[in-house]
Amino acid sequence: MTSPTTPNTPPKNHGQATLADGPVFETKIEQVGEHEMILNMGPQHPSTHGVLRVVLKLDGEVITEAVPDVGYLHRGLEKLSENRTYPMNIVLSDRNDYLSAMNNNWAFCLAVEKLLKVEIPSRAEFIRVIVGELNRIASHMVFYGTYGIDLGAFTPFLYSFGRDREEILDLFEEICGARITYNFIRVGGVMLDAPEGWIERVKAFVDRMAPRLVEYDKLLTLNPIFIDRNLGIGRLPAEKALALGLTGPNLRASGPALDLRKDHPYSVYKEFHFDVPVGKGGGDCYDRFMVRRQEITESLKIVRQACEKIPSGPVMGKVGRVYRPPAGEVFAQLEAPRGWLGSYLVSDGTERPYRHHIRAPSFINLQALSDLVKGLKVADTVAVLGSLDFVLGEVDR
Amino acid sequence: MTDDQSTLNPYLQKLADKEIRRIQSWRRAALWLLGLSALGILVAILVGELGRYLTLAAEGLRNLVVAHHWPGWIPETLILITPPVLLLGVMLGSTAVLVWWERKVAAHTQIRLGPMETGGWHGWAQVVADGIKLFLKEVIEPDGIDKWVFRWAPFVVFVPAYLCFAPLPFGEGLVAVDLDIGLFFVMAVSGLSTVGILMAGWGSANKYSILGGLRGAAQIVSYEIPRFLSCVPVVMWAGTLALTGIASAQTGYVWGWFPRWFIFYPVIGQVCFAIYLITTIAETNRVPFDVPEAESELVSGFHTEYGGLMFAFFYLGEYTYVFVGSLLGTTLFLGGGSPLFPFLSFLPSWFWFLGKTSILIFVFLLARWTLPRLRVDRIMDLCWKVFLEWTFILVVVMGFVILWRMR
Repeated sequence: MTSPTTPNTPPKNHGQATLADGPVFETKIEQVGEHEMILNMGPQHPSTHGVLRVVLKLDGEVITEAVPDVGYLHRGLEKLSENRTYPMNIVLSDRNDYLSAMNNNWAFCLAVEKLLKVEIPSRAEFIRVIVGELNRIASHMVFYGTYGIDLGAFTPFLYSFGRDREEILDLFEEICGARITYNFIRVGGVMLDAPEGWIERVKAFVDRMAPRLVEYDKLLTLNPIFIDRNLGIGRLPAEKALALGLTGPNLRASGPALDLRKDHPYSVYKEFHFDVPVGKGGGDCYDRFMVRRQEITESLKIVRQACEKIPSGPVMGKVGRVYRPPAGEVFAQLEAPRGWLGSYLVSDGTERPYRHHIRAPSFINLQALSDLVKGLKVADTVAVLGSLDFVLGEVDR
Repeated sequence: MTDDQSTLNPYLQKLADKEIRRIQSWRRAALWLLGLSALGILVAILVGELGRYLTLAAEGLRNLVVAHHWPGWIPETLILITPPVLLLGVMLGSTAVLVWWERKVAAHTQIRLGPMETGGWHGWAQVVADGIKLFLKEVIEPDGIDKWVFRWAPFVVFVPAYLCFAPLPFGEGLVAVDLDIGLFFVMAVSGLSTVGILMAGWGSANKYSILGGLRGAAQIVSYEIPRFLSCVPVVMWAGTLALTGIASAQTGYVWGWFPRWFIFYPVIGQVCFAIYLITTIAETNRVPFDVPEAESELVSGFHTEYGGLMFAFFYLGEYTYVFVGSLLGTTLFLGGGSPLFPFLSFLPSWFWFLGKTSILIFVFLLARWTLPRLRVDRIMDLCWKVFLEWTFILVVVMGFVILWRMR
């Protein structure tokens, strides 16, 4: 990453700044031309999706430089992990990317399970797939809605976020009691078995969604103004995307069909038939939008298959209440809605991890921003920001 | 859960209850709507033309003064200040109705109900509550503003909007000042609001505001040209710039039943109307042309720093322009107060006027809540590269048509 911010260490002569003051951060833009203006976008701004700050250098409305400034939502999740036992850390992982908490639970559990070498019952795997994919759909629905708002269309938000995502959250509430932070996927399996009739209700939801997706397309995807705002905006070539380490829908929009569910199937993804949608327009905003839009369809397919194939049996493997994984290090990753979500754990044989690092796809995807918005208008910045679909909780951790 | 309770899953039960309540509410709303329309029609038939009441009142006042030997300036002053006061009432009233209506249209487009509690009946008093809230709020002036520019901006937006009502007819005999250059006056005066938007942008000492103000100025100045040009064929056809004259030129029927409204004029009428409608939306800074305020880009654009009553004036201005634009569209293209078919002429002209205006307003509201926002440079492209050319062509074609018919 071309460092957007540089720690501005106080001059040595003045000994006033102490460690308690923390490092002083300053954006790098210094040179402002005669006709240029610096616009500070965020951390309080309606469309930076949280507390992201982007410093823009404008020539009229054309952006000549953009420097993202992250860290406003830093909670030190990785450091906090070191003082908590493994089961406690699952709770923390919920707070990482709060729009896809199930996948975050799962990523952490995958790593611990790899350390413990525990066998996971088949039913648990299927329930994981169902809730994981439902969570992916919910996350993409948030994207669909907020992206509409970014481009000035307020109504799609109420359809995707206000109606359909609520139904997914209702299903989640039913299975685990929570709507945002689930703490549902546990090391060795899942917290609880699905209640009676839940699988049928999931199936009913999948059936309901098909006509609604047509509605989505009528409302936004095929709207001429929407297409005009997106086509050819913020084009990201495949090589550049790979070089920046982008993953997930953002990378697939640029061309490469890299999907961990297909390429390195974890869990039971081998058993499902689904396509990996890729962008065909050179990685512009419309591609990034379309990939996510199509992924909703694909995820619905997976959920349907999982609901049909789900076996009966236990939902928890043989894991003790207190476990101490053997010393060693492990890295596990999965395909989260925003890309490859990795969990790197170093165990020293105690009940707490010695080190926990999260490979946060949002953070890595954000690196593309400065390059993408250069030369675009202010309105396009909002489009590019929205199309990268990051969650600040995950960016700042 | 006991056995006597519903066997439905509680979550589904919750959803079902919600759905039932929504359907019931819609049915009730539809019934109310029907009832209100029927009541409106009944009142319209009973009341008849409003213009004659005003004339009667003025004459009665004059007679009263003569009978009592009061000084003659009293009735003349009263007659002079009555139309402006009435129009202020119309302005505030229409804004109140429009705000409530906009919320309802927005809500039902977005599968929700909108205000339902305040006032009891479908949240009718929400606007009043909001008005009180805005009135009581402190107006905060940020540091570093250009004080006088900042303070005057809302009024520079508001006053032209109010002045626009002067030559607009609301029905037969319902016009404050029947100007010979009515259309010209409305177009010229409504352009003055641009200055207010620019002042708000400049005076706020806020970068988002200044971007919004500049965008607004550029957009409104550009869109005024095709907007006025799209009205020129109507003027050529009617042979007058007076709005009452244009409206009365469209009364009467072709073949005895087909209305002579300009929107039904082959090809030219429809294209003119479409351009007029789109450019009017652009003039009023509403979605899809709301780049001056562009919530997701510029926070709130030129009125970011305004609050309380100062903001209310911007709000009033915006909604008044929607109303004025719709009234003007009705006068120019939808035949003013003339009934759709001859047998419907038992309904008075003001009823037709308001009905047609409401339909146009409804189009405005629907457009706002379904479309995304265009990008600022694309808006300019659309204006200078599409609408301007088309309006020029239409004016020329209309000229040839008139020459051919005069032959």
